[in-house]
Amino acid sequence: MKLLNQTIDFEALDNPAVTSYAARVNAGELLTFCAAARKAKRPLVALWGSDERDRGEGFGFALHTALDLSEGLVCLTLPLAAENPSFPDLAPIYPVANRMQRAVMDTIGAMPEGDADRRPWLRHANWPADFWPLRNDAKDAQFEAQNEDYAFVRVEGDGVHEIAVGPIHAGIIEPGHFRFSVTGESVLRLEQRLGWTHKGIERRFKGMGLSDGARLAGRVSGDSTVAYAWAYAQAAEAIGAVTPPPRALWLRALLLERERIINHLGDLGYLGNDVALAFGLMQFMRLKEDWVRENARLFGHRFMMDRIVPGGVSVDIDEDGKRAIAAQCDVLEGELHALKDIYDDHAGLQDRFLTTGRITPQLAETLGVIGLAGRASGQCWDLRCNHPCAPYDQLQPHMQLEHNGDVAARALVRFGEVKASLDLVRKILREMPDGDIRSEVRSDANKRGFGWIEGWRGDIFVALETGSDGKIRRCHCHDPSWQIWPALEHAIIDNIVPDFPLINKSFNLSYAGPDL
Amino acid sequence: MFPMLRQIFRTGIVSEPAPDADETLRATTQRLSEVMLRQLGRALVIRQIDAGSCNACEQEIHALSNPYYNLEALGIKFTASPRHADLLLVTGPVAKNMEIALKRAYDATPEPKLVVAVGDCGCTGGIFGESYACCGRIANVIPVDVSIPGCPPTPLQLMQGILAAIVPEAMQEEKV
Repeated sequence: MKLLNQTIDFEALDNPAVTSYAARVNAGELLTFCAAARKAKRPLVALWGSDERDRGEGFGFALHTALDLSEGLVCLTLPLAAENPSFPDLAPIYPVANRMQRAVMDTIGAMPEGDADRRPWLRHANWPADFWPLRNDAKDAQFEAQNEDYAFVRVEGDGVHEIAVGPIHAGIIEPGHFRFSVTGESVLRLEQRLGWTHKGIERRFKGMGLSDGARLAGRVSGDSTVAYAWAYAQAAEAIGAVTPPPRALWLRALLLERERIINHLGDLGYLGNDVALAFGLMQFMRLKEDWVRENARLFGHRFMMDRIVPGGVSVDIDEDGKRAIAAQCDVLEGELHALKDIYDDHAGLQDRFLTTGRITPQLAETLGVIGLAGRASGQCWDLRCNHPCAPYDQLQPHMQLEHNGDVAARALVRFGEVKASLDLVRKILREMPDGDIRSEVRSDANKRGFGWIEGWRGDIFVALETGSDGKIRRCHCHDPSWQIWPALEHAIIDNIVPDFPLINKSFNLSYAGPDL
Repeated sequence: MFPMLRQIFRTGIVSEPAPDADETLRATTQRLSEVMLRQLGRALVIRQIDAGSCNACEQEIHALSNPYYNLEALGIKFTASPRHADLLLVTGPVAKNMEIALKRAYDATPEPKLVVAVGDCGCTGGIFGESYACCGRIANVIPVDVSIPGCPPTPLQLMQGILAAIVPEAMQEEKV
């Protein structure tokens, strides 16, 4: 079938949870199609590489580009040469492709062409430039750690100086490096250097069975473990040609909405703390703890890790549990109302929140910002509404949108989404069908599956492929933070250095997720 | 102001009693002298370092400061600089890219210093293991006094481990 009036003939994939299309393209077709998708204002979902040389004569490497079209997910595969592989630079079309291309370069050794940014991203001089961990012939090896001399972009002029922050940050935060160029208190430029928590997850996946892979996928970014587990399960179920029982899908939605609520509560607390309202932190952390404890009591784990498994879920809920959750929703709704009034009326807090760290809707569109940060800047991206998988097609959630794109807007989207998720949880409790909670998933050789789930930060994407032995051949997990981190570099411009922690927290992006 | 005070009053004090130290988590013999431990009491300053975790351990470490666990009431607080710290609370596995940074933070921490490894990955390398990108457990990079397993360990387990690092080694005394 044809998409976006382009000549490429797409094949519809048998991927029940995610409507998806795939095609093999040449470099010209890839560029033309991406340009057409960009013109139609459709976002880039993910970009990753793979080694296909073992498939035999004529095969080299491959570059995979996933796009979000109104019809569904589209995956374009560009075959690359076996010797000195290279691919066209997509960053002029999709600016967010920059870091993903550099990750492809670091992991399989395929170069973006032309004027592309070819500075390493995941590789920090701690393994040799000619060691590509995702090539099939890369041996297991360990190398001497070394200091890296990274080519930061320098800002020059009278009174400009640099502030280097990280990789170890001042608080209890994940590691990353921020290089600020400032005059006085004003930030002229921020450049991020990430990749510090790169643990070689994609290489780790290789050779794992489908169920072992689920555990690893649930540990890509711990705060989104439910969303990752669900996205991975969708991909594994496409491979095993299994549809989980309906009750399992409703239970998954229950866990996912609880994860969303828990993370939003924590963020709302920390946003208060960053403007010196410790009261807000203590109140919201208390509410978060209440919900986390209930997770442990009802589902056996405070963050619900490994509760979503390929084929279904490993936990069920009885009538007592349902009643407890319903009561918990009522309590939280009352508390949330009281706390929102306090936040709304607090002059000091509003003064720090409003107009701070702005991403205008126009800038958000140019940068391709997705997820929660996108919705705070008027970008209508929420998979639960745009491409609802079961049971969201029946739940029909209402998208929370703000247009100011400042810290206040990102806080408001969180308040709105907690409220909306409470309504979803109630609806799930009322309408959840009875029945089994798990089907058996058997792996199948040489199959491919996609998973795509709206986590609390944005859409999490998993591309999974099995080899001839039915084990994992390639698994790429994509965190929405890839697309949102670059926006933070813009949000801080012309703001003062002391507002950076607040602006950063208002995005609260994952380091572990994109570092992989 | 009044709604805030009303909310504080309505919430009341929710803090719970602290658990006892869990001596079984200790990896080395107590390196601090009896005299020093008596001086220190339970006053302790912690520098938390994420050396490559998936961030779930960080969430539980955050929870230590919530009103239920109220770690600060025990005299234990978090600091921004390793130079002000008595104890490094390290989550792992140690990503290769974090190896030098972790060693530098350890070197910057004044003696006598304690290191507590957090989580299955911090204790053993966990699901990530050792590879081109991963040094595995914390003890592969810096000396570790106490190891707290769990994926992630709960706030109570974290408190038991942190307290084990700073209480006299009762078990050891008995043997002597």
